[in-house]
Amino acid sequence: MEEGSVTNGEPLELYLHIPFCVKKCAYCDFLSAPATDDVIEDYVGVLKQEIMQKAACVSERNVTSIFFGGGTPSLLSSMQIMELMETVRKAFQIDPDAEITMECNPGTVTAGKLLAMKVAGINRLSIGLQSAQDGELRTLGRIHRNADFLSCYELARKAGFQNLNIDLIYGFPGQTAESFSKTLREVCGLLPEHISVYRLIIEEGTPFYDWYHRDAERRDAGEIPKILPTEEEEEKMEQALRKILSQHGYQQYEISNYARQGKACRHNIGYWTGVEYLGLGLGASSMMDACRFQNTSDLSEYMKEDFSPREKIHLTGEMQMEEFMFLGLRMLCGVQKHEFYKRFGRDLMQVYGRQIRKLSAMGLLTETTEDVRLTARGVQLGNVVFAAFLKSGI
Amino acid sequence: MADQNKIRNFCIIAHIDHGKSTLADRIIEMTGLLTSREMQSQVLDNMDLERERGITIKAQTVRTVYRADDGEEYIFNLIDTPGHVDFNYEVSRSLAACDGAILVVDAAQGVEAQTLANVYLALDHDLDVMPVINKIDLPSADPDRVAEEIEDVIGIEAQDAPRISAKTGENVHDVLEQIVSHIPAPTGDPDAPLKALIFDSIYDSYKGVIVFCRIKEGSVRPGMPIKMMATGATADVVETGYFGAGQFIPCEELSAGEVGYITASIKNVSDTQVGDTITGRDNPCAEPLPGYKQVTPMVYCGIYPADGAKYPDLRDALEKLQLNDASLQFEAETSAALGFGFRCGFLGLLHLEIIQERLEREYNLDLVTTAPGVVYRVHKTDGTMLEVTNPSNLPDPSEIDYMEEPVVDAEIMVTSEFIGSIMDLCQERRGIYQSMEYIEEKRALLKYVLPLNEIIYDFFDALKSRSRGYASFDYTLKGYERSKLVKLDILINREEVDALSFIVFADSAYARGRKMCERLKEEIPRHLFEIPIQAAVGGKVIARETVKAMRKDVLAKCYGGDITRKRKLLEKQKEGKKRMRQIGNVEIPQKAFMSVLKLDEDK
Repeated sequence: MEEGSVTNGEPLELYLHIPFCVKKCAYCDFLSAPATDDVIEDYVGVLKQEIMQKAACVSERNVTSIFFGGGTPSLLSSMQIMELMETVRKAFQIDPDAEITMECNPGTVTAGKLLAMKVAGINRLSIGLQSAQDGELRTLGRIHRNADFLSCYELARKAGFQNLNIDLIYGFPGQTAESFSKTLREVCGLLPEHISVYRLIIEEGTPFYDWYHRDAERRDAGEIPKILPTEEEEEKMEQALRKILSQHGYQQYEISNYARQGKACRHNIGYWTGVEYLGLGLGASSMMDACRFQNTSDLSEYMKEDFSPREKIHLTGEMQMEEFMFLGLRMLCGVQKHEFYKRFGRDLMQVYGRQIRKLSAMGLLTETTEDVRLTARGVQLGNVVFAAFLKSGI
Repeated sequence: MADQNKIRNFCIIAHIDHGKSTLADRIIEMTGLLTSREMQSQVLDNMDLERERGITIKAQTVRTVYRADDGEEYIFNLIDTPGHVDFNYEVSRSLAACDGAILVVDAAQGVEAQTLANVYLALDHDLDVMPVINKIDLPSADPDRVAEEIEDVIGIEAQDAPRISAKTGENVHDVLEQIVSHIPAPTGDPDAPLKALIFDSIYDSYKGVIVFCRIKEGSVRPGMPIKMMATGATADVVETGYFGAGQFIPCEELSAGEVGYITASIKNVSDTQVGDTITGRDNPCAEPLPGYKQVTPMVYCGIYPADGAKYPDLRDALEKLQLNDASLQFEAETSAALGFGFRCGFLGLLHLEIIQERLEREYNLDLVTTAPGVVYRVHKTDGTMLEVTNPSNLPDPSEIDYMEEPVVDAEIMVTSEFIGSIMDLCQERRGIYQSMEYIEEKRALLKYVLPLNEIIYDFFDALKSRSRGYASFDYTLKGYERSKLVKLDILINREEVDALSFIVFADSAYARGRKMCERLKEEIPRHLFEIPIQAAVGGKVIARETVKAMRKDVLAKCYGGDITRKRKLLEKQKEGKKRMRQIGNVEIPQKAFMSVLKLDEDK
C-alpha cells in the first residue's frame, strides 16, 4: 500500500463506518441510509476484506482506540459485531488498554446484543439519546422514545459497560430552555461517564434544511412562527447546560464534550492532537503519513472491494501546524507549548505569536507560559479563533 | 456619383418596444441586403446588452438597395437612433442626418410620451414624418383608433399609414414603397465646399476613429485634408465608404446627399464630437451646420474596483469605452472607504447602468458603485460658485450661502385612471405641476418641473409600477433652481464613511437616513462587538440602528471525517472577509455600498 512506511509501535486509531440506519433523522447529513439485512451482511463481509487488506501495511502499529460509527453500528447483529471485532483483533495489534467504542441507537439493542458487544471487547458505548422528551424525539425523527433509552441504559450497565456516553442536541425546533434543562437533569441523574451536547447545525440535504428554508421569508416577516429557538432562548439553554453539568461533576473538555474525571473520549482526543487514524468502511477518512484521504462514498463501488484512497491531500508542514492549532484549541486545555515544540521542532510563539496576541487582545484566547487556550468567549466564537490559524493569517 | 433622386435617408422613431428594430430587420431583409438566414435577430442592435434590454444604445446605420415597383433601384440609408431619453442629443443629431422619419406606433398601445418627444424632435429638424402602425397581428390591436390618435395628437395625416406586422412581414412592402414616394430625396450642391454632419463615431483598433457622417454639401474622397469645425481637429482622409450590414464597404467618394463613413487616422473620438461639422481644410465652408453642442454629463457616481489591485484595469477599460463614447467622462478620485477609483459622469442613469454592465461583462471587473448624484451648484459666502459632483467635496456648511440643483421639464403621458397616482408620485418627488391636457378622451399629458436628482434613481420604475406600465416619460434639462439641500453622512461604528454620503433635499433627509441605516443593518454582518450605524446631517445624528455583537460562531463537531470539510468552511468564511472593505474595525461587504441605490425598492 502506498501509504506504506511503518513506524514500529506508533499509536494508531481505527474508525469503522457502518453506513446503515433504521431511518434517517431529520437533522442527519451523515453517510447513512436504511438497508436490507442482505445488504448489511454483504457489507460486513467486504469490510472484513478491507480490514485484512489494510492491516497488512500497519501490522506493527499499536492500535490505541477503535470507534464504530455510523449510521447506526448497533443495527448490526450480535454475530456481525463479534465477527468484525474478531477480524480486527486478528489483523491489528491492539493495545490491551485500548478504548473501543460503538455508537448505539436505543431503538436497536437488546440485552443479548449488548452482552455480545461486551464479550466482543467493546468497552465504551455512545448512546444517541438527543432528547429525553418524547415530543422532541418525534420532531427530530428519532426511532426511539425516552423509555427505550432508559431500558437500553440499564441493560448496558447490566451487561457490564462502565464507560457510557450520552449524545444530546440543543437548539432544535420546538425545544425550550426549560425542556432542555429537564433533559439535562434526567441524563445527569443516570451518572453516565460522558455527555456530548451538540448545538443543532442545519445541514443542506436534510429535512430540517428544507423545513427551515421553506417559508423563510414569511417567518422573517412574522407571518408564521419562527422555527428555531430565539437567540435569547438559546443563551438560556447554554446557561442551563453549563450550570447543570458542572453541578453534577462534569467537566467541559471540548466545545461540545463533557466528562467525569478521567473519562474524556480518548479516540476523539486523538483526532484533536494529531494521532494518525485509519478509516475503514464506506466513505471513511484516514490520516496517515501526513496524508488525509478517504474511501469511496459510493456503496456499489465499495462493494466491488474498491478500497483505493480518494481525495488524497498531502498535509504540508504548515498545514499540519495549522491543524494542530485549530483542532487542539477545540479542547479547553488548549495547546501545550512543549507539545507543539516536540511535534514540529519550532516555538509556538514564533510561529503563531501574532495571531495569539491579536486573539488574546480580542478576549478570545489566554496565553500562559505553558499553553494557549480558549477563553469562555473564545469557546462561543471558536471559528474566529480557528480561522485565524489558517493560511494567510489574520 | 450616386443620383440624389435615388437616395432616401431616413430613420425610424418609436417608443421602446413598439417594434423599431424589428421593422429595421424586415427592411434590411426585404431589400435583399441579407437573407433571412444571415439575419441574426435585430441586426442593428448589435451589442449583447442592446439585444437583452431591447433598446438601442449606439446609433447604427445600414445602406441597402431597393428595387421599387417602378423598376428603379433606390439607395436606402437607414439611420437607427438611440432609443432612450438619456441619449436625446444623439437622437437629435441622427435626425439631422435624415430627410425623413418613419414613425412606428404600436397598434395596441398608441402614442406614448416618448413617441411625441421624438416626433417633435423630427419635426424640429423639418423631417417628413411617415407614420406606420405596427403589431396589427396582436389581438388587442386597434389600428383605426391609433390612426385617429396619430392625427389628433401629433397632427399628421395617418389614414394611408401602412398597417403592418413587422414580426410577420405583413404589409412591410407598403412601407418600402412609401419610403420611395413619401420621403424626399436629399438635396445639396455636390460642387460646394464640403459640409458634413458627424452623427456618430466609433473606435476601431485597426482603422482608428470611424466617423459616421451625412454629406450635406460638397464631397469628400481619400487623401483630402479635412477639418472638424468645432474641435478644430484636422486630418487627412484615409478611406470613405458605406455601411454594409455589420461591415464597412470602401468607396471612392461620398458626395452631397450621401451617408457614409470617413476614416482619417484620428486617434481620439473626442476630436470627432457628434454634431460637429466636417469641412475641407483648404476650402472650408462659410458656416458650420447648426445645432452642435458639447454634451455634458448629468449624472455622476464613483466607480471603484472591488479589488483595489484592479485599479489600472478599470482605468484601461474606461479609456477603451470612452474611445467609443465621448459622452462618458471620468477622473480619478480617492475615497477613504473604497480606495482609488473614478468619478464618472453619464448622460443619465441608463447610460450609467450600461457602462457599469459593460465594465463588468466585457472587462470582467468587479465594481463598487457609489450613489449616483447630479451636479450641484454651491454658492459660497465669498461669492464664488462651485460645481459639486462628489458629496465629499461639499464645502463646510458655514461657507455655503445657498445651493442650486438641476431641474428638468418632464412630460408624462398617462391614461386617465392613473393620473392621480402619477400626480402623487410627482408630488413626492418634489415636482411642480405645470399643466395637464387631455390628448384624447382617456389619455392626458402631464407636465411637471422635477428636480433631476429625484428622477435619477428609480423614477422610471416607480412610474411604471404605479401605472401598470402605461405611463411614459420624457424630460429635458430646464436649468438650475435654488434648493434646500444637505449632505447626509453615514457613520459606521462612529466613523464617517465617505463613500456612503450623499446630498439630499433637507426635508427628505430624515426618511432617507433612517432607511439607509435599516438597509445597512441588514448588509453588515455581525462582528465581535456591537456596531452603531448612524445617519447624520451637519454632525447631528438623525437616525440610528445597531448591528448586535456576534453571540456564537463555532463548529459544534469536528472529528476525523469532518476535518477537511470544516477546514474548507473556515477558509471560505475567511475568504468572504477578505472581499469586504475594512472601515476602522468594521468589515463592510461591497454590496452595502450599493444599498443606497435600492432604498425605494420595497415601496
